[in-house]
Amino acid sequence: MTVYSVPGTPGSKITFKSRYENWIGGEWVAPVKGQYFEDITPVTGKAFAEVARGTAEDIELALDAAHKAAPAWGKTSPAERAAVLNKIADLIDANVEMLAVAETWDNGKAIRETVNADIPLAADHFRYFASAIRAQDGDHAQLDGDTVSYQFHEPLGVVGQIIPWNFPILMAVWKLAPALAAGNAVVLKPAEQTPVSILVLMELIGDILPPGVVNIVNGFGLEAGKPLASSNRIRKIAFTGETTTGRLILQYASANIIPSTVELGGKSPNIFFSDVAEAKDSFYDKAQEGFVLFAFNQGEVCTAPSRALLQKPIYDSFLGDAVTRARKIIQGNPLDTDTQMGAQASNDQLEKILSYIDIGTKEGAKLALGGERADLGGDLTDGYYVQPTIFEGHNKMRLFQEEIFGPVLAVTSFTDYDDAISIANDTIYGLGAGVWSRNGNVAYRAGRDIQAGRVWVNNYHAYPAGAAFGGYKSSGIGRENNKLALGHYQQTKNLLVSYSENKLGFF
Amino acid sequence: MSTPTITASVTIAGETVPRVQLAPVAVDLLRSLWEEHGPLMFHQSGGCCDGSSPMLFMAGEFITSDQDVRLGQFDIAPANEPGQPLDFWMSAEQFTYWSHTFLTVDVVPGRGSGFSAEAPRGVRFLIRSELMTTMTPLAGSAETDTAEEDAVASATKAVPA
Repeated sequence: MTVYSVPGTPGSKITFKSRYENWIGGEWVAPVKGQYFEDITPVTGKAFAEVARGTAEDIELALDAAHKAAPAWGKTSPAERAAVLNKIADLIDANVEMLAVAETWDNGKAIRETVNADIPLAADHFRYFASAIRAQDGDHAQLDGDTVSYQFHEPLGVVGQIIPWNFPILMAVWKLAPALAAGNAVVLKPAEQTPVSILVLMELIGDILPPGVVNIVNGFGLEAGKPLASSNRIRKIAFTGETTTGRLILQYASANIIPSTVELGGKSPNIFFSDVAEAKDSFYDKAQEGFVLFAFNQGEVCTAPSRALLQKPIYDSFLGDAVTRARKIIQGNPLDTDTQMGAQASNDQLEKILSYIDIGTKEGAKLALGGERADLGGDLTDGYYVQPTIFEGHNKMRLFQEEIFGPVLAVTSFTDYDDAISIANDTIYGLGAGVWSRNGNVAYRAGRDIQAGRVWVNNYHAYPAGAAFGGYKSSGIGRENNKLALGHYQQTKNLLVSYSENKLGFF
Repeated sequence: MSTPTITASVTIAGETVPRVQLAPVAVDLLRSLWEEHGPLMFHQSGGCCDGSSPMLFMAGEFITSDQDVRLGQFDIAPANEPGQPLDFWMSAEQFTYWSHTFLTVDVVPGRGSGFSAEAPRGVRFLIRSELMTTMTPLAGSAETDTAEEDAVASATKAVPA
């Protein structure tokens, strides 16, 4: 067991600055209007730094810097850009604990996750796109003996990115890595709940990038996010968040006739067929863990397996074992490596989760575990902690249909394969899903029949670089984590070349 | 005089019962935001992160369509003053799963993301829900009601006390 020291105390991996400015043109720039807001750590509910409250004026400064940097950056060779991305990855790897503590303090998640997942994955995603851009070829087609069609990938230029608060650094990297690999300059707005950790990363890697290639402006959505998303000076806008803002961003993109990729969440089914319980072996143990992964990252994951579908013959026994297992989840100080579940990211998130527990009860769902705010006492007493919570109910209940974004699981039963697929697909979303079966044929068919962009088969919550990630239905548009994402940040140039000496003969 | 709860008018054709109301604290906040921004509208969000929060925009900022349902219209003006109409919208597909619940817009301290107009004030609109006695809960789920009963019954046995 290790307990990392609180930032700013003796032995800590990081001391935050008391104030963070915007990162524009390779330097720290105070907000034009001189306003700041407090960043609150969900660990204790207390403010720990001031952050620039950016406005349209700051977005314009960032766009100026990005436009200045974009032409030269876009002309660098893929090898040069790959070298930059690899250097960034090396620096992240060399500072995992520092970045992990910063991320845990900003977001509230358990340190074992930031040390082992968020930060190492961020490094790996940079390396993946460093490789992908070098391996990317254009196309050509010889259309006839004298005519060749060449297709080139070109950067879009300056792009905007709006980042969610659930994995502040990793989600920023999911978007930055392909955009930079493809040769774009970026103006990025972090979430207002978690504005600092990405700036800590920029402190680390800022010198590696030419000034203006990455610009970070913090602030509120209405004041900074909207001016960025609606600007006619960006060639693409990427967003991860909820559906209403997603639609608004697509609306702004339509006004400027630019592409937009949006990842808008889900209500992911996790299906357990009866055969998982044929033996109480290591596979059963794995499936049980797969069920309890609803509590991973306090449930604040777009793909959280928040609907568990259990086949009737194993419903009682499997759920009984799983509830026993979930009851053992260790909640505590997020800086303690033994802690399995940390704090929810903000007070309003905490309140929202509690409001869903309330409606779940009113709808008649049966509470099998948890159901209340957790008071961890001491310095943590004002932090935003919720007990892991399991409800049993019906797929038409709002508990089963809305992304609670907390450690709240809704469990129901199914009769046969068709019933499972029907319930799984009875949702407006289609981002993630899980299928658990010892029968490879069943697992394969279910994986193909579920309408979701990512189906984990006999595993869950793995996010390796290379595996395409994105939504069906109202979960959004676009794919990340895979070389496909390069296409979202590239223009296609077709050169249609005639090698003939002869005229067409029309005029 | 203390601020009252305000109930929205009925705007869905064929319905007679209101679907949404504003808690007094929400009324106060909306009146203040109206002074700052002018006419306003709500669109109920869903999905990731700040999903399930009602998002407050300048009226007309969010373009609604046939894919949206207007659940009601508030008049947030104090008594005997000119009307301040404020519509509450939700996507039609989301409404299919919310239609059996009565919504109250409340306010909590927080810092939501998204482009909602209250965020800079350090507060967040929050939805609280009640079952509507006039609506059939879980409408359309008759064919699987048995499964639900079974689930609840078996859980009683399955879950350790």
